[in-house]
Amino acid sequence: MKQYVISVKVENKFGVLARVAGLFSARGYNIDSLTVSTTEQDNISIMTIVVKGDDRVIEQVKKQLNKLIDVIKVTDHSDIPTVQMEIVIIKISAPQSKRAEIFQLGEIFRADIADISAKSITLGVKGEPEKIDNFIELLRPYGIKELMRTGRVSMVKETKDSK
Amino acid sequence: MKISGAEIIVECLKKENVEVMFGYPGGVVIPIFHQIFNAPFKFILSRHEQGAVHAADGYARASGKPGVVLATSGPGATNLVTGIATAYMDSVPLVVFTGQVHSAMIGNDAFQEVDVTGITRPISKHNYLVQDINDLSRIIKESFYIASTGRPGPVVIDVPVDISNGFTRFHYPESVNIKGYKPVYEGHSGQIEKACGLIESSSRPVIYSGGGVIISNASEELRTFVKKTGIPVTTTLLGMGAYPETDSLSLEMLGMHGTYYANRAMHESDLVIAIGARFDDRVTGKIDTFIPNAKVIHIDIDPASVSKNVLVDIPIVGDCKKVLGEMNKIIQPPRITEWIDKINQWKKDHPLSYEDSGKGRIKPQYIVEEIYRQTGGEAIICTEVGQNQMWAAQFYKFTEPRSFISSGGLGTMGYGFPAAIGAQLARPDKRVIDIAGDGSIQMNIQELIVAVQHRIPVIIAILNNGFLGMVRQWQQLFYDKRYSHTCINFAPDFVKLAEAYGAAGISVKERNEVIPAIKKALEITDRPIIIDFHVAREENVYPMVPAGKSVKDTIMRDLA
Ligand SMILES: Cc1ncc(C[n+]2csc(CCOP(=O)(O)OP(=O)(O)O)c2C)c(N)n1
Repeated sequence: MKQYVISVKVENKFGVLARVAGLFSARGYNIDSLTVSTTEQDNISIMTIVVKGDDRVIEQVKKQLNKLIDVIKVTDHSDIPTVQMEIVIIKISAPQSKRAEIFQLGEIFRADIADISAKSITLGVKGEPEKIDNFIELLRPYGIKELMRTGRVSMVKETKDSK
Repeated sequence: MKISGAEIIVECLKKENVEVMFGYPGGVVIPIFHQIFNAPFKFILSRHEQGAVHAADGYARASGKPGVVLATSGPGATNLVTGIATAYMDSVPLVVFTGQVHSAMIGNDAFQEVDVTGITRPISKHNYLVQDINDLSRIIKESFYIASTGRPGPVVIDVPVDISNGFTRFHYPESVNIKGYKPVYEGHSGQIEKACGLIESSSRPVIYSGGGVIISNASEELRTFVKKTGIPVTTTLLGMGAYPETDSLSLEMLGMHGTYYANRAMHESDLVIAIGARFDDRVTGKIDTFIPNAKVIHIDIDPASVSKNVLVDIPIVGDCKKVLGEMNKIIQPPRITEWIDKINQWKKDHPLSYEDSGKGRIKPQYIVEEIYRQTGGEAIICTEVGQNQMWAAQFYKFTEPRSFISSGGLGTMGYGFPAAIGAQLARPDKRVIDIAGDGSIQMNIQELIVAVQHRIPVIIAILNNGFLGMVRQWQQLFYDKRYSHTCINFAPDFVKLAEAYGAAGISVKERNEVIPAIKKALEITDRPIIIDFHVAREENVYPMVPAGKSVKDTIMRDLA
């Protein structure tokens, strides 16, 4: 199943999150991530939804999203040039002997050292989802104690022919 | 001058020219009822909230205007749920007010609190919880607009009691502006031209016309289109009446219990012109074998209906009435005489029929035919759900839109009778008949007193087979005839029941009593009438395309 990134511009009204999420859950779809963000416009929010699914069902969900009264616009970001970002916070086991390596890795990924204790280090990284995937994989051998990703935000890139 | 929220509600309903409201009181809506007491519109007190919402739905379907409902919080609201879902599935415009507990108590499991917007979210076109009295009139204006435009549907407004009791200045907005809701009515002219081209070059076209044609009042345009093209028309259950079933180009209803010739024509077709229909599974059967050789043109106001179940070659998003109107300006007829001959042969070889020796218990189909004859085809027919619904659809010939009222998408038993009350209020000039089963009628029989109270002469024709007939039919055909919990001949005496309520009751056991009973019922105009027809107990509805099967699996009659 393909992964889709769907951007939904909504009026920031009571219940709108439940309406949008409900369309996915009613079809038995598990949302991989969902972020709700304020925008440059008052009372307008953007939801970025990452979901795996079958082509036709996603097509149907997009149409149903468009039908929601509070939804202003639905854009599929899956196959167009976009800027995507997300943040991860990751806590790993870090005995004294491993700390130098971990700091080095962190530096390469421009991670923030968010917290250090006797046994662990907590790092924060922002960036494209793939970068975050890589970072997590590299840290996995040290033993991940806790991990959290914010879910991505996605904005269409300004290309030469875009107005 | 400041007025209360409850007064604002009544003022808004006046502005919307509401003629009748249906509902039931309770604690948190007393302030609204207090104002309704003197309102200029009629209020019909149901005996169960489900009765109120179905009546509003029947009113809406018969009149084309939104039905308006008011119920209290908690159990009042939950009793509406089936009715709201019924209206949603069949695209019926309703504006439903529910009371809610005081804003300060919401979320605290207060007495008679339920999350109405949460419960109704997936079964309404839109819903609101009023959080500020200054939004109230705008919300009501928007609700009427949303309910009755685009693809219509029910809108729910949940009103906390402190909003009803609050005060503000009243101002009813002239217009609405909702950023995310701009229904498209005009079809794309390029698509319309393309569609006409495809139609003109087709050799086996069929029109598949649905409830959307009735909703958009496009019946005239459809008739003109058929006159210009000579293309045969089949309709869905909810589309019946858009095109006269008595005309030679009508194939009548298609689908699970549709005519053989309608389903066969669809199957053999090279071009299906779907208008205001949504390719429901009761129409398509097994989707892979449905219309295997056809291109598809789909005219619908709801983009989400297009290419949902069946991939469409030429989609036209727009209002059926407008799009057909545009097509009628340019369309040229295709050459299809051979096709029509073929269809006429199918009609001759496989007409709708049933076996009737004239002996034994009365055949239910015969009763529907007699109701048709005795009313001259002029009645509004409501139905319950089950075999009664299918026989009504098959054997009453509908010639006018809004003359057949039935729960299609949800298939709600107990819908027909309260809907008939609403339909009769919308159309006092018509006879309204609920063709019922002995099971379904018991689901909202309490509404009988409403019809008696308001002298509403709805006729309830019970096709009493002592079974939950449609389920029994499936058990007979697909579950080894094990009639598990479908025998309901432990039944009330419906004539006595009618009399207990102050309605008229007629019992019919013999075939020769059928016509006199219908005639007698038609003469009564000041109260509802129950006719209890004792019919053949194990009669089946045919033809039948079993669920998930294709036309070639059609069962034509009982295999003895
Ligand atoms: C509220 C509801 N419950 C259950 C069903 C399932 N169901 C469909 S048809 C049917 C039998 C209806 O029996 P009856 O009203 O006697 O009509 P008949 O089929 O005998 O004409 C049932 C139980 C339904 N459609 N609606």
